[in-house]
Amino acid sequence: MNCGEEYIELFEKNRELIDKPCTRKLNDEREKAFISFKAQGFPGIKDENWLHTNVAKKFATDYGMDLARKANTNEVRNSFTCDVPNLKTFKGYIVNDSFVAADNGGKQLPQGVFIGSINSFAESHAELIDRYYNTLAQKGDSVVQFNTSFTQECIVLYIPKNTVIEETIQIVAFLQTNVDILTNRRMLVIMEENSSASLLLCDHSSTDKKSLSTEVTEIFMGGGASLDLYELEETTDSNTRLGNLFVKQEHDSRFNHCNITLTNGFTRNYVEVVLDGEGAETNINGLAIGDKHQHIDNRTLVDHRKGHCTSNELYKYILDEDSTGVFAGKMLIRTDAQQTVSQQTNRNLCLTSCAHMYAQPQLEIYADDVKCSHGSTVGQLDESALFYMQQRGIPADEARHLLMYAFAGEVTDNIKLEALRERLHILVEKRFRGELNHCKRCNLCK
Amino acid sequence: MKKKNNILKKLANKAYEFGFVSKIKTEIIESGLNEDIIRLISKKKNEPEWLLEFRLTAYRHWLTLQMPTWAHLNIPPIDYQAISYYADPLKKNKENSNKEIDPELMKTFEKLGIPLEERLALSGTAVDAVMDSVSVKTTFKEELKEKGIIFCSMSEAVQEYPDLVRKYLGSVVNYRDNFFAALNTAVFSDGSFVYIPKGVRCPMELSTYFRINAANTGQFERTLIVADDNSYVSYLEGCTAPMRDENQLHAAIVEIIVNDNAEVKYSTVQNWYPGDAEGKGGVYNFVTKRGDCRGRNSKLSWTQVETGSAITWKYPSCVLRGDNSQGEFYSVALTNNYQQADTGTKMIHLGKNTRSTIISKGISAGKSQNSYRGLVRVSKNADGARNYSQCDSLLLGNECGAHTFPYMDIHNNSAVIEHEATTSKISEEQLFYCNQRGIGTEEAIGLIVNGYAKEVLNKLPMEFAIEAQKLLSVSLEGAVG
Repeated sequence: MNCGEEYIELFEKNRELIDKPCTRKLNDEREKAFISFKAQGFPGIKDENWLHTNVAKKFATDYGMDLARKANTNEVRNSFTCDVPNLKTFKGYIVNDSFVAADNGGKQLPQGVFIGSINSFAESHAELIDRYYNTLAQKGDSVVQFNTSFTQECIVLYIPKNTVIEETIQIVAFLQTNVDILTNRRMLVIMEENSSASLLLCDHSSTDKKSLSTEVTEIFMGGGASLDLYELEETTDSNTRLGNLFVKQEHDSRFNHCNITLTNGFTRNYVEVVLDGEGAETNINGLAIGDKHQHIDNRTLVDHRKGHCTSNELYKYILDEDSTGVFAGKMLIRTDAQQTVSQQTNRNLCLTSCAHMYAQPQLEIYADDVKCSHGSTVGQLDESALFYMQQRGIPADEARHLLMYAFAGEVTDNIKLEALRERLHILVEKRFRGELNHCKRCNLCK
Repeated sequence: MKKKNNILKKLANKAYEFGFVSKIKTEIIESGLNEDIIRLISKKKNEPEWLLEFRLTAYRHWLTLQMPTWAHLNIPPIDYQAISYYADPLKKNKENSNKEIDPELMKTFEKLGIPLEERLALSGTAVDAVMDSVSVKTTFKEELKEKGIIFCSMSEAVQEYPDLVRKYLGSVVNYRDNFFAALNTAVFSDGSFVYIPKGVRCPMELSTYFRINAANTGQFERTLIVADDNSYVSYLEGCTAPMRDENQLHAAIVEIIVNDNAEVKYSTVQNWYPGDAEGKGGVYNFVTKRGDCRGRNSKLSWTQVETGSAITWKYPSCVLRGDNSQGEFYSVALTNNYQQADTGTKMIHLGKNTRSTIISKGISAGKSQNSYRGLVRVSKNADGARNYSQCDSLLLGNECGAHTFPYMDIHNNSAVIEHEATTSKISEEQLFYCNQRGIGTEEAIGLIVNGYAKEVLNKLPMEFAIEAQKLLSVSLEGAVG
């Protein structure tokens, strides 16, 4: 039996404390989610979706949880400048699981746009919270239910219709703790018709303490809305990240997602995109670089519900030392989704004989007038290319780095923000050279 | 479009050719499954004590298991106590004389196109005909024996070659392997046993024809093929069943052992009754097939054409244990009406420089669901492993489904693994092109589908390829909406 009971007991004992700082909707959904979690417990490795990722084991650590919301988040304001050179961003922080607004030098977001805690958003837009919060995540697995049960804060990004945010919104999440900690991050993005934004989520952890964070993000995109979402993980060996991203797209909306795992401990990212309107387009890209005993599990589901939608998926893994990569991507084309064009590619490089790769690209198709394909490969660097470069005086190590860099480039090249692309090129290169422990510009990391 | 749909309907409704029932007096034991039944089966077959123990251990293990639910299949609950586990159509003859086979039985197999008299048989193919739970006759046994090849029914092998059977039975598919493997091991009735001695190239195709005839029975046969060093054999398997409203269970095990430099080709044309247009009746085909390429440079090739069965759930696999061993899997799986299939292969790379190829072509029509599920595993020591997988699906109609679930577990950095899959429908352009040249829509579809499946059909021995081509046309032509 897994360790779910301890958390169930913790929840039941501290119910009042958990409920206290939260709005009504959070607590209502918590009730339902807890019943579901209690019935399921944590997923075991016999669960097809968790076959190679033993998550129950990760929950077994005796973590602290800041249910009384005692963490002092004020000091971090402005102390953390994990910026990308030449990229102007509008910043915000998530410290543990609380939102902390940053001093953006008097910069303002366009009128009507809201970014901040759900508690303040509820005062003006309670009906939106009722309409959207936990509607996509309620069907999630037991880790998602766990997050809904315990989450006490939700960061809301609301963009009213026809609003275009030129500047990238950057949210930097990091941990501040002296003890092993479990956090439950939650985000809700509501984009109305024809709105547009780009969002950069950086996940950092600088503590040596063991940490586990469950993350649930729900994104609703109205007709014609456009969102570029970049997620970058730079955490440590002692960190466990269980990310869950749910996206629902209406007609003619466009969603670009790029998820890069540079350094981590144990990561599982679940991405579910529902294409619920004609003409919607989704592009999902992922890059994972693992060494030591890192574990990176990316699982995606693209659910084509309406016709004339397009989806592209590209995931690449580079696995060194004893690292483990898991990729499971499913394209689900429902009966009504005629004229779908869907393409999925997964390419993996195993650099040592101890690295493990598990790949499951999947197609589930119920409509006949579609063009769907997927391809997956596992292999090594091209010997002849290595030889070619060595012949021309490039040392073997350098040649290897160049090839790996080019391999990763296919994903990073899809990043539309030039400054971020450049930054990531550098970070990836440094990562290969083993120079990247933490991003050097962070005050916290120095 | 309407015309096309009519053609479709006409073809989809083409009757199942082999759905007749033969009136043969058959001894059927009472339905139900318990230790006494197993003892009874064992006694009827006059089995040695070790085999009974083997069955009982498997049965006791089966009792602890739950039927797996992970497949992309909708399987109505199966009442294992309502099935009779032994039906013997030979009983009558045994009472009269030992040698003669009921003429009715002979007629049945003749009707199926499998003449059991050697003078009538296609030269170059030896047949073991199995009806319900027993092997009716094995042809060309003597000719094969001259070369040292053993080709007989499993029951006979247990009596005559107990050491060989004991050595290999269950060595590839253990009773603990899965739910249906445990069930089969407990109640298996007959099947074929093949042993090709060292250095012998089997001069003819060996073939087993399975026929379910009796109602309320299941067929649980067991096939064991051993190819010793430097030998070669090509083995064919065919199967049919009568049309009935009730579902019948077929849970077989096929074990193949391939030693040094040996090669085995195993071809299946599976045409169990698929149920009617409303999805009523049909055979549940839950089979465990696995080959163990133990020897260096050994080779095993699976070719399957799956057109029948209400539900097909099987993954013919290769364990590539010997260095430089090779595994191949070529499959055409066709589903129509309410048929469901979850089929594919497993390639387990254990030895060095092992290679595997997977070519799977799925065709779904009507309201059917067709899934490819395959595993390629490269273990830590399997240096230089190479795999290529290609899974294509063709959708004929807007109510069917085509799914691909490949699994790749790679634990070695020298492996090169490639997988690609595509899903599409028959292109309007191709049809139009054919129509323009005076080829009717119906014929054009047959042409395109046969062309699509050609890569696999080419791998079948000639007689089978012709049969398979015909089968595809019957089950599928015109199935384009």
